[in-house]
Amino acid sequence: MAVTTQARRGSPLDVLRRFAQRLPVHVALIFFALLWSIPTIALLLSSFREPGDVVTSGWWNAITHPLDLSLSNYEDVLNTRDMDRAFINSLIITVPSTFFVVLVAAFAAYAFAWMQFPGRNALFIVMVGLLVVPLQMTLIPVLRLYTDLTIDVDMPILGGRVFGTNSYIGIWMAHAAYGLPFAIYLLRNFFGSLPRDILESAYIDGASDAGIFFRLIIPLSMPAIAALTIFQFLWVWNDLLVSLILLGDPELAPMTLKVSSLVSSFGTQYQLLTAAAFISMALPLVIFFALQRYFVQGILAGSVKG
Amino acid sequence: MIGRRWWTPWIWLSPALVLLTVFLFYPVVNTFVTSFMDADSAGGIWDLIDDPDKFVGLDNYEFIIDNPRPLVSNTHAALYNNGLWLILFTGLTVPVGLLFAVLAARVRYEAVAKSAIFIPMAISFVAASVIWRFMYEFNPDVGTVNAVKTELGSASTAWLQDRGSPQTPFVDAGPDSAWGPLQVNNFALILVGVWMWAGFAMVVLSAGLKGISTEVLEAARVDGAGEWYIFRRIILPILSPTIVVVATTLVIQALKKFDLVWVMTGGRAETDVVATLFFTEAFRQGEFGRGAALAVVLLAWVVPIMVISIRRFQFQEETR
Repeated sequence: MAVTTQARRGSPLDVLRRFAQRLPVHVALIFFALLWSIPTIALLLSSFREPGDVVTSGWWNAITHPLDLSLSNYEDVLNTRDMDRAFINSLIITVPSTFFVVLVAAFAAYAFAWMQFPGRNALFIVMVGLLVVPLQMTLIPVLRLYTDLTIDVDMPILGGRVFGTNSYIGIWMAHAAYGLPFAIYLLRNFFGSLPRDILESAYIDGASDAGIFFRLIIPLSMPAIAALTIFQFLWVWNDLLVSLILLGDPELAPMTLKVSSLVSSFGTQYQLLTAAAFISMALPLVIFFALQRYFVQGILAGSVKG
Repeated sequence: MIGRRWWTPWIWLSPALVLLTVFLFYPVVNTFVTSFMDADSAGGIWDLIDDPDKFVGLDNYEFIIDNPRPLVSNTHAALYNNGLWLILFTGLTVPVGLLFAVLAARVRYEAVAKSAIFIPMAISFVAASVIWRFMYEFNPDVGTVNAVKTELGSASTAWLQDRGSPQTPFVDAGPDSAWGPLQVNNFALILVGVWMWAGFAMVVLSAGLKGISTEVLEAARVDGAGEWYIFRRIILPILSPTIVVVATTLVIQALKKFDLVWVMTGGRAETDVVATLFFTEAFRQGEFGRGAALAVVLLAWVVPIMVISIRRFQFQEETR
């Protein structure tokens, strides 16, 4: 939270007093963050432990026996054949899916928030109400549709499959659709909270809908778009179910599929799972930190007079 | 705003409309039809067109209400557990996320502090479930929670199996074969859900928090308002639409909660929720009609939730 320049100055006594005032915030925050991190730390330490250790003694023993730790689990996961290819596949699946969801949802949210048309509320209820649909419910109908509508062309790229199971377009569309209800809901709320004056004055000045959308709505809603991007990326990146159903071809398998087959083909290999969890977590965390710069206080500052 | 052609909104909506119709709306209609059909109806609408005899009326819904096979598929327990998830999961996750978003915004290490809460969301749910199975492990040499509990002088609890009732985390009444309203295993599962989803509430609320103009906050401080007063009277009201969005999303997550329960307990020891029971019925037992009826029960919950959020949006439009 911004501290005014005036407040920053002051005698050393003031500085001390302010520090004492803020101390409970720091203590609460750090205590809470540590408490929340216990399972994460447990997972991290387990990922460095030997296979047998994980099931016979608690993770805290790793702290007292640091010499027993090794990187072998990470080596095992990374040296799995085609793991690099699976990483690339995960990227190819996740990046366009995330982009489509944000863009398509932003279009729809703009219409819902700032346009009048008959049936608006009913349509909004239906669209966002679809959020409640469990994914498992859609799998059989979608799979049936994909099988019926498979398009193959004689082209070397994408394995020749344009649409259907085992096609990138097919999985992008599925992920985009599954992400839309939440994305529309979130963005409609943020777009709707923008002040009417800004948009109306732009409209009176002759700006088109597209102009208003790209020059005003999107820049002013960056915190919400950043939050949405973080989650959409994460959900698609960690998805196992949709890939399992729509991507049977091992050439196209993302990391989640690769890891799950790794774990099941060797029995229950918890230690590989823990290492894989941290490897696959790295990229979403980078996105999280990279997008933090859009979480800036007072993004609307100066946009409204008075 | 005025002066648009009537079809302009539909152009903006069309990509979303097409995707949602194909991938979500059509399966919903299909499921609704299937819920009135017999067990062997994996094909849904298309099966009914081929063979109209598959229509069984309200039989599947009667099954849910009468709960004739409580030991195999306890529909009452699943419905009750969903209610428990709905109240506790949402009621705990929103305050935790809000508290953390507000506190973290006041320090310079905001991003690092927030990442501690965010990381559980980034861990794949399979890995998260594995680590929590170890956290809840009965053997206190392995299970973190029981290690702490035995250290404090209590006996170990089988957190994921115990349905002893009445039971609190501190008084172990031992396992009980009957289904009870205060099963410790349900609370243990919900806690994992809160752990995973608090980061979601925090990130979205944090985004909302950044939309509050700094002028308003500074003006209040200059006027001598205390921090608690600012939180209650300025931050909370401005943030309330976002809180509604977060709470609604979490309520819906609670309703369709599947993966966590499925991986951690598989619905055993009466931890089934509607979504896991739906999955068991449809894909394990081959009871497609019954599974579909359970899914429709889930869908029905959404109507009151959406009516509340629409009211909220209408209020927003009148006041902006």
